[in-house]
Amino acid sequence: MADTNTGVGASVRRKEDLRFITGKGNYTDDINLKDQTYAYFLRSPHAHATIKSINTAKAKKMPGVVGIFVGEDVAKDKLGGLICGWGITSKDGSGMKAGPHPVLAQGKVRYVGDHVAVVIAETKEQAKSAAQAIVVSYGVLPHVIDAAKAMKSKAQVHEVASDNRVFNWSLGNEEATNAAFKNAAHVTSMDIVNNRLVPNAMETRAAIGSYENGTESYTLYTTSQNPHVARLVISAFHGLAPEHKLRVIAPDVGGGFGSKIFIYAEEVVCAWASKHIGGRPIKWTGDRSEAFLADAHGRDHVTKAEMAIDASGKITGMRVHTIAAMGAYLSTFSAAVPTYLYGTLLSGQYNIPNIYVEVDAVYTNTAPVDAYRGAGRPEATYVVERLVETAARELKQDPAEFRRKNFVTSFPHQTPVIMCYDTGDYAAALDKALEMSDYKNFSKRKAESAKNGKLRGVGFSAYIEACGIAPSAAVGSLGAGVGLWESAEVRVNPIGTVEILTGSHSHGQGHETTFAQLVSTKLGVDINSVSIVHGDTDKVQMGMGTYGSRSGAVGMHAISKALDKIEAKAKRVAAACMESSVDDIEFKDGTFTVKGTDKKMAFGEVALQAYLGHKFNTSEIEIGLKESAFHDPANFVFPAGVHICEVEVDMDTGLTKVADYTAVDDFGNLINPMIVEGQVQGGVAQGIGQALLEGAIYDEDSGQLLTGSFMDYNMPRAANMPHIENFRLGFTCTPCPTNPMGIKGCGEAGAIAAPPAVMNAITDAIGVRDLPMPATPLTVWTAMQSMKKAAE
Amino acid sequence: MENFNYHRPATTAAAVAMLKKAKDGKYMAGGHTLLPTMKQGLAAPTDIVDLTAIKDFSGIKVSKTAVSIKAGTTHMEVATSKDIKKVIPALWEMAGKIGGVHVRNKGTIGGSIANADPAADYPSACLGLGATIETNKRKIEADKFFTGMFETALKDGEIITAVHFPIPKKSAHQKFPNPASRYALTGVFMSQDAKGKVRVGVTGAAASAFRATDLEAALSKDFSAKAIAGVKIKPNGLLTDMHATAAYRAHLISVLAGRAVAAAK
Ligand SMILES: Cc1cc2nc3c(=O)[nH]c(=O)nc-3n(C[C@H](O)[C@H](O)[C@H](O)COP(=O)(O)OP(=O)(O)OC[C@H]3O[C@@H](n4cnc5c(N)ncnc54)[C@H](O)[C@@H]3O)c2cc1C
Repeated sequence: MADTNTGVGASVRRKEDLRFITGKGNYTDDINLKDQTYAYFLRSPHAHATIKSINTAKAKKMPGVVGIFVGEDVAKDKLGGLICGWGITSKDGSGMKAGPHPVLAQGKVRYVGDHVAVVIAETKEQAKSAAQAIVVSYGVLPHVIDAAKAMKSKAQVHEVASDNRVFNWSLGNEEATNAAFKNAAHVTSMDIVNNRLVPNAMETRAAIGSYENGTESYTLYTTSQNPHVARLVISAFHGLAPEHKLRVIAPDVGGGFGSKIFIYAEEVVCAWASKHIGGRPIKWTGDRSEAFLADAHGRDHVTKAEMAIDASGKITGMRVHTIAAMGAYLSTFSAAVPTYLYGTLLSGQYNIPNIYVEVDAVYTNTAPVDAYRGAGRPEATYVVERLVETAARELKQDPAEFRRKNFVTSFPHQTPVIMCYDTGDYAAALDKALEMSDYKNFSKRKAESAKNGKLRGVGFSAYIEACGIAPSAAVGSLGAGVGLWESAEVRVNPIGTVEILTGSHSHGQGHETTFAQLVSTKLGVDINSVSIVHGDTDKVQMGMGTYGSRSGAVGMHAISKALDKIEAKAKRVAAACMESSVDDIEFKDGTFTVKGTDKKMAFGEVALQAYLGHKFNTSEIEIGLKESAFHDPANFVFPAGVHICEVEVDMDTGLTKVADYTAVDDFGNLINPMIVEGQVQGGVAQGIGQALLEGAIYDEDSGQLLTGSFMDYNMPRAANMPHIENFRLGFTCTPCPTNPMGIKGCGEAGAIAAPPAVMNAITDAIGVRDLPMPATPLTVWTAMQSMKKAAE
Repeated sequence: MENFNYHRPATTAAAVAMLKKAKDGKYMAGGHTLLPTMKQGLAAPTDIVDLTAIKDFSGIKVSKTAVSIKAGTTHMEVATSKDIKKVIPALWEMAGKIGGVHVRNKGTIGGSIANADPAADYPSACLGLGATIETNKRKIEADKFFTGMFETALKDGEIITAVHFPIPKKSAHQKFPNPASRYALTGVFMSQDAKGKVRVGVTGAAASAFRATDLEAALSKDFSAKAIAGVKIKPNGLLTDMHATAAYRAHLISVLAGRAVAAAK
């Protein structure tokens, strides 16, 4: 493809940024509709309780109250409950045990923050005050917080799951794997916990639901990563209205990280209740405390993992058992995360002939857990890379060389866990990372740190992930309730400007820029002549949204296909206008020429002619220049790379700093290297956050969320990052064979790769084998203390 | 947040009278502790008496022997005072480590001390320097001021007007921030006076800021890291929470005290 200054491959500044950083974005909370009311959700103060009674009499008389609704009202109206769109079958063939998830609790609450009632009032404050006057009588039940204890707990979260087990899923060949372990020369075995995280997008969730009496239709503004999926679910499962009577708009959305993929109770209730208050719009804007309590959380795995290695140092098998917390209800995509997005990545970058994984998904009395930046792949990578590093240390081998020895080197490579890696060059990334990080002089830096009272350690993470989600038939066969294709429509206006309608949704990714770059390269138009239209079900016919680093590989592929159709049609128009055969028309850099002549027409001229219809036979060539395409990917794409982290641990306090970080990634071709670098930096920041700082903690006794604000939940800040000079990014490139751009996905790689790199570095620094995340000063100091004691 | 009546008196006497008249009144200075608690619904006063319009409520005066800071002086004013930097550099440094820029621009010394958050920084400076807290009624020695978690010797309606810090020979402040909130997980403020007497104020470690008397005794004899290497801080009575155990806090006191000795100037 042409490499112009605004086309594919150029580090174009993001077109959308000026709007965002000057406060001119248009987020859901910026939108105010005529006669708008405000909703406040009364939430459960208990982790687990029956609702004996709800008395709203006093609250209803409070000033400004327009309406109060509880679970009974929802049930009476037969509004469907929230669903999990992915069904997982257990090893024994039984189906997933999905408990009911009404949008307002019916008879029972199952976590602190569960939705008990909604109060709608003239102002937010009035709604909140009235909610405090609602009297709820609860019968407190025993609860369970810890995933590891869920199956043995006397608390039973849902009737359908007597042991709190949602499913017991397995993948791989158990017998062959057991045999590999029997014949192993060395086995490394670890207990690994992947800490629960709160996503914390900058914009909290919000919704405005509005019912129009005249047309009997609903409009829902919501902070969604996939408004069409929201419309589909709210129509087909909640039964609110058929799709043509429900418009879902996700305007500017301030970050999602997965947490805004899902359909939530609040948005459904706002839309539903609007009809019951005479069609007045209802706005709800969650505050940060509600985000902590009721946004879907991420991770929360408890794992036992083993690796078998033969006498020559080759990995021969992996055996993994994971207990995955689902929280109190199955969120929209939750069941897919610890299964097909996790077990399928356990081969890592390695040639491992035998893998067996078993996952018990369990209910706990906590916020639901679902996809969060990386979704399953960070958990898999953490297991693989902690095991590999630990095995290398136990075998007294250099962790880089131990990895190299086991790398997959020929492609395509079929793993024993479904995935077929299409292309890659893992050794190239390793070599580049070793060089960029100056690995060979690590011991010098270690000695230097020691002089300052700091223990320095180095850790690797050779990650692979599968994104560009995903071939529809394949995911369908694995339990997905939807296909994971993408759609695009290209509308060329008569003067040659271009509108791209896409089912992808931008909430920080920079689609307005990168998608325009693709158009610029393919049609030769300036990126400022291109606009990207997304996030409105009345404008874009259908789409699957943005998550799983799919908008490049899948979304842009659909755009690319539609652009090819535009080119083909425009060539026919150009041929007619220049009185030549279509076969003689060439198109390059925005100009149509006739082979072997000096005849030419600019793209804009051809566009105009396409709408004039003066120069061609309109019974042969249709008027206009507008094409659309659906694209279903042929495979996942497989970004991979090597990250190397160096940490310094303060011997006195256990305080750990990331001193140096090198990320070498293979994302195939890059559309906009600057945006890709930003994605890596942001992803690594989240990964460092998980490793060093973040962790959602519920009190075992009370079931309350202890880390309910930024005073206790430690979000990464600039000061927690390595200095920019010590934060090196590098790229290798094996173009992806399944899309014409040759691109992979870059949105999640950093968050996937970083946690094991950081933890491998800390354990190297202080010389422990096992250490839980987050490695807070207390945790690291405690580990150093127990080592000291053990040594005494 | 609930509605409240807002008052902005021009004198201390008027403020006292307004608070007395209110059903459930609260003084407010920078509002950076009070307002967050009101937003969370943990406090719902009927009346707010804003102290910041009181004449001469803020300002810094440095004499030969003492630094006097009026109650309404913001952390930022202290953190940017060249006069304070010259005579008690540790106090200057400490103020610059409180919260972020917004907090320092609004939060006041009087509010911080009146609030007596167990993790706040000023209480350790008051104890570590042997400050005197002046109110509209009397003068209270710092040693008698901090009486418990969020508890002080202040009587109902009493207003802090100034804090007087004697100028020491040397001082040092060491803060180990809570990783999330950046308040002091444990903080140590140390000073040595002209006679060699050492004071060590500790915050963040217990229900209330306190003086580490064992460290003071050892350092008054010999102001060196070696002198306290053998002093074991007992974890009894120290706080345990998700960020730190009592044992860890006890250890941090030792570490920070050692660093303070090295840094004192
Ligand atoms: C995000 C954040 C981070 C922070 N980090 C730190 C930190 O690292 N270290 C730290 O020490 N503090 C920290 N603080 C607290 C900050 O320093 C507060 O501003 C301070 O504790 C209270 O001062 P204020 O002037 O805001 O008091 P206000 O909030 O106005 O008042 C607090 C209390 O003191 C009373 N009061 C106020 N002034 C007087 C007076 N003159 N006489 C009698 N009573 C009075 C009020 O009635 C109220 O009860 C932080 C605060 C925030 C919001």
